[in-house]
Amino acid sequence: MNISRRQILILLPAAAVAWKSVLAGTPEASPNYRMSDHWWSMLIDIPKCIGCGNCVRACQTENDVPDGSFRTWVERYHVTDENMISPQVISPDGGKEGFPVAQEDAGKYFFVPKMCNHCADSPCTQVCPVGATFISPDGVVLIDPKYCLGCAYCVQACPYGCRYIHPEKKVADKCTLCYHRITKGLTTACCEACPTGARQLADLKNPNDPIHEFLKTHSVQVLKPQMATGAKVFYNDMDGSVR
Amino acid sequence: MNGVEGFMYPNEIGLQWSVLIVLYPYITGLVAGAFILASLERVFRVEAVKPTYRLALLTALAFLLVAPLPLVLHLGHPFRSPEMYFTPHSTSAMAMFGYVYLWYLMAVLVLEIWLDYRREIVLLSQSSKGLLRLVYRVMTLGSANISERSLAIDERVGYIVTLVGIPSAFLLHGYVGFIFGSIKANPWWSSPLMPVVFIFSAMVSGIAGVMVLYMAISKLRKQAIDMRCVDTIGMYLFYIFIIDFSLEMLDLIHRIYEADESFRSLNFMVHTQLYFSHIVVQIFLGTLLPIVMLGVTQVVKLPEIARKRIYAVAGCLTLVGIFAMRWNVVIGGQLFSKSFLGFTTYKMSLVTKEGLLPAIFLTLLPLAFLWVLVKLLPPWSEKSVHEAAAAD
Repeated sequence: MNISRRQILILLPAAAVAWKSVLAGTPEASPNYRMSDHWWSMLIDIPKCIGCGNCVRACQTENDVPDGSFRTWVERYHVTDENMISPQVISPDGGKEGFPVAQEDAGKYFFVPKMCNHCADSPCTQVCPVGATFISPDGVVLIDPKYCLGCAYCVQACPYGCRYIHPEKKVADKCTLCYHRITKGLTTACCEACPTGARQLADLKNPNDPIHEFLKTHSVQVLKPQMATGAKVFYNDMDGSVR
Repeated sequence: MNGVEGFMYPNEIGLQWSVLIVLYPYITGLVAGAFILASLERVFRVEAVKPTYRLALLTALAFLLVAPLPLVLHLGHPFRSPEMYFTPHSTSAMAMFGYVYLWYLMAVLVLEIWLDYRREIVLLSQSSKGLLRLVYRVMTLGSANISERSLAIDERVGYIVTLVGIPSAFLLHGYVGFIFGSIKANPWWSSPLMPVVFIFSAMVSGIAGVMVLYMAISKLRKQAIDMRCVDTIGMYLFYIFIIDFSLEMLDLIHRIYEADESFRSLNFMVHTQLYFSHIVVQIFLGTLLPIVMLGVTQVVKLPEIARKRIYAVAGCLTLVGIFAMRWNVVIGGQLFSKSFLGFTTYKMSLVTKEGLLPAIFLTLLPLAFLWVLVKLLPPWSEKSVHEAAAAD
């Protein structure tokens, strides 16, 4: 077969692109799952959270999260009349082993589970220099660990402190909303482990999802709404002191 | 616990950007500033600074060659960094680094230096021997034409390159400021003034750097310092410094007066952890003191020796002050929690990849590059060039 120089010039870039996709490998198959049918979010019912740390432990086990880093964590707020602007907040080891018994009676105590907000307009995906982190068509912010440079710009850009650099893999890491589970029809590890149902995975594109009724009938907020990130983790009955 | 005071989000306790990322804006700032000083002579016809013209260009090149190293060294996967060229993400400020850097290196700095030195390179390729001859021959890029007409074209093109170079220098460093200034999650960084402040502080550091280098090299070469030159540089440094300081104070006053939700936290940080590096080193020792010293030379007629000492001390203080400014931006921006409820501590390691020793090495490396460049392309008068060639 004779190939002209012109044809080679056309074929070479095409071959380079093809080789890139060969190197990228085949994504894990999830039959019957169509990304365009979903728009994932999470509902966190603050009054229901008892600070047991089950969710943190389940997440660490399910996703092999290294010690000292957190895809999800639980904070305990102590708000009194005097310190509404500066509440006392603790999260010992991310709340993984629960919390010490509260010492003071004054004021109120409550728990706030935190995780990636899977923002629709996420600042972390905006700043990634190579597009290694992206929002999938079903609304989950993900990271390609084979592509991430480990520059940590996304960690700086996240207003919620949800990202970290994996100490061994040297790439950015964060909650994937248990993407490997939800694409198979399962719920997330944290939701499954929660004994009180304080965490509920929700699909905003599913008309039968109870999230729609809940959002209609409850006072629901997102964290740091002034950041305009399109956060999709909704908090029920969230106190104004929560950061 | 772990140097934490108050509450930090658990992933925030360790700093992500180390002293290497402090070096990155510091080094690019020196590049941009040195180039602006060179352009004073070339474009704005400030003849008095001519003795530093070539030195400024070579200094800019030496520092520019090192500029990407702290960034690459900091990456978790340094070998993936070429992906920024091949598959840049269009919405990322950082993705533009490679292009801005290459543009500035190849289209501005290397081209201008080559055009300016072309005549000497050709002469040296004929007069030198051995390996050096080969190096110079390669540097001629195959053109030995140094006719009057050819040199006139060089001069014309060099002028245009410098004209393009000025906005490019602004772009290079303004862009670095934008990397920080565009992070809305971080109130210490997020400010539209950031790129402007970075540009002016870059000019200040670059001008001070070349001034100090010129004086030090003159001393080493046992040559008289051209006082008209350093007086002029001192004057420009003084005025640009005032603009830079005004902008920084504007930013500070704006923050204090507006006192938004982050103010209490940032104010506390400036008065505690950043007190020494921000208030003492950056503002007093690194800004106010050199401004006052340079101001004295503008209003009082001082003897030459006093002016020399003032320029040397003020120049060094300026370099320390601008380094402190970069430190306070990069490190300060990571010491407080985005919850505004606590603070962490930066623990600098010594010999790790992002430790103190690599940082010192990367700070000294441009000086080594500059030494090589000065040996190859002496920035002194033509007489000296031929003397150097004859000595070789």
